[in-house]
Amino acid sequence: MSVQLAMPKSWRIDTKPHKFCPGCGHGLVLKALGQAIDELGIQDRAVYGCDIGCSLLSWDFFNVDSIQTHHGRTTPVITGLKRANPDLVGIAYMGDGGGYAIGSQHLVNAAARNENITVILVNNTQYGMTGGQMAPTTMPGQKTETSPYGRDPQKTGYPTQGPEMVAAITREGAYVARGTVANPKQLKGFIKKALENQIAGNGFSFVEVLSTCPTNWRTNAEETWKFVEKEMTKYFKVGEIKVPEPRHEEGK
Amino acid sequence: MPEKPIKGEKRYFMTGNEVVAYAALAAGADIMYGYPITPQNEIMHYWTRMAPKYGKNFLQTEDELSAGFTTVGGVLAGRKSFTATAGPGNTLMQEPVSMAEAMRLPIVVVVQQRGGPSTATVIYSQQEVTMTTIGGNGEGFRIVYSTSSHQELFDYTIKAFNTAWKYRFPTFILGDGYQAKMRESLTMYDPEERGISLVPAEPYVGKPGTPGTDRPPEQYRNTYNVEEEIYEVVQNLARDFNAIASEVAEYESLAADRSEVVVVAHGVVSRAVKEAVNELREAGISVGYFRPVTLRPLAEKELREAADKARVLLLVESAHGQMARLIKEAAYGCKAEMIPFFKPGMGITAEEVAARVKSILG
Ligand SMILES: Cc1ncc(C[n+]2csc(CCOP(=O)(O)OP(=O)(O)O)c2C)c(N)n1
Ligand code: SF4
Repeated sequence: MSVQLAMPKSWRIDTKPHKFCPGCGHGLVLKALGQAIDELGIQDRAVYGCDIGCSLLSWDFFNVDSIQTHHGRTTPVITGLKRANPDLVGIAYMGDGGGYAIGSQHLVNAAARNENITVILVNNTQYGMTGGQMAPTTMPGQKTETSPYGRDPQKTGYPTQGPEMVAAITREGAYVARGTVANPKQLKGFIKKALENQIAGNGFSFVEVLSTCPTNWRTNAEETWKFVEKEMTKYFKVGEIKVPEPRHEEGK
Repeated sequence: MPEKPIKGEKRYFMTGNEVVAYAALAAGADIMYGYPITPQNEIMHYWTRMAPKYGKNFLQTEDELSAGFTTVGGVLAGRKSFTATAGPGNTLMQEPVSMAEAMRLPIVVVVQQRGGPSTATVIYSQQEVTMTTIGGNGEGFRIVYSTSSHQELFDYTIKAFNTAWKYRFPTFILGDGYQAKMRESLTMYDPEERGISLVPAEPYVGKPGTPGTDRPPEQYRNTYNVEEEIYEVVQNLARDFNAIASEVAEYESLAADRSEVVVVAHGVVSRAVKEAVNELREAGISVGYFRPVTLRPLAEKELREAADKARVLLLVESAHGQMARLIKEAAYGCKAEMIPFFKPGMGITAEEVAARVKSILG
């Protein structure tokens, strides 16, 4: 039923079909990213960094210079790259475990410093690559391999509200949004804006994407879409998030 | 903007950390990334004061993981990038260094050793030898210069950037708190005026042209699917590392091939050893010394020669046998008896070394 649309020009055809599971959201996010790269004409100066997690499978995904980093460390690698050569467009791509757990100090501090990079974080509510353990984004009651009776917020807290947190600590000029693979057009728009924001030199740009992991959710196609569209949106609000107004300068 | 911090040659009297900052500038370093830890802090302090005057950059990161990984990013962008750390910071640094090893990224890391284990002292030790030479989940494909004076801090920091970019292995300067904080005189110079050419940096990513159209994309990975793949990667790393080992390895020795006792020490401890050995030799005692300048790779051939000719190798270090492990491994099967003299986290004087040699000789 689905129509196979043309691949983005920036995709590497010889590495397709890609290596994600059938029904995985990563491919849809990277399609939106590919389209945004095409539309902005930045294939020659974009540098794509992927994390360890299922994102590692995308190290040769694009016809774009790419670096596979360590789990949680894509943000500092792209930060270092961008600081050393500001002409490049730095894209850090990671999972929710990579961004909100092991690499959270990097995300928080890169946002607080307003690093001029673009971070795209895939929220699939658990650790995909390692076989479906609880992540900071796992929802109350959700069963994972390490929360087999469902996440109990009394014991392990509530899901991390990533974009809301980032928006609260960045400066004016930063760009923050939460998209979803259920709305690819809107998602592409958010990613494009995030890249434009970096190109304009405005500062940190962050897009979280609600995504699917049918393999670890153990869902069929219908349940998968229901989960991402109905369940996840109960906790994660899709849309652009306003960054705070200019703050009071110290001492004034 | 002045292009060079040092013109001609000049005598200076300053701390080791200041020396490192000057040397990095003289070596053409573009950017430093760092996180505060004693006793390396003043490298950042001097760098941040001088760097903007020469169009250089600095980023204070959130921790040493980030300092190491941003340094990796700087190198990938084709800039001479470095960081400095110590103790628990060096522990965190091992993760980015393992990525640099896997991908042959020429990061330069200056370590000013402090006491361990744990947070321990901020003063001095030689207890980061094991971690610096073979830390991380790898095989130790890195180059480690153990300096013993401010002159060497200057010379070898410049050399470290050249070595790193020439051979593309992560390269360490292994100093210590004494070297970091003490003042000492040295001669600083513009390396190029001395005929030392600076190996240029090159970008790994962001090269000219559109990937896929004008050139293939530059894509670097560190994960592999099957055993055969990683086996081949490590075999290649080992082959390349072994091929350069004899070219990179450096040592100093005195009468190491003709003495009953040869004292082995590295870094500042080797200064006490030299002093002791010179005095003992003047008194007619059959003693020499062997000082590895590179702890990784070691000057194995020369060390084994000494270990075969001497009756005793006296292994002296401010650690509980970290250098000794390297020496014993390299000299495996050699004839000399290995006698330890370990003072973990403490300085060692020439008098102590001389007394130890005398007691061995009876
Ligand atoms: C330092 C370190 N700790 C743990 C791991 C193991 N590990 C690999 S991927 C992963 C989780 C990935 O989950 P996430 O970041 O959410 O990405 P996803 O796979 O869901 O896309 C973990 C814990 C690792 N590679 N490195
Ligand atoms: S495990 Fe989940 S996140 Fe990973 S590729 Fe498969 S579906 Fe995608």
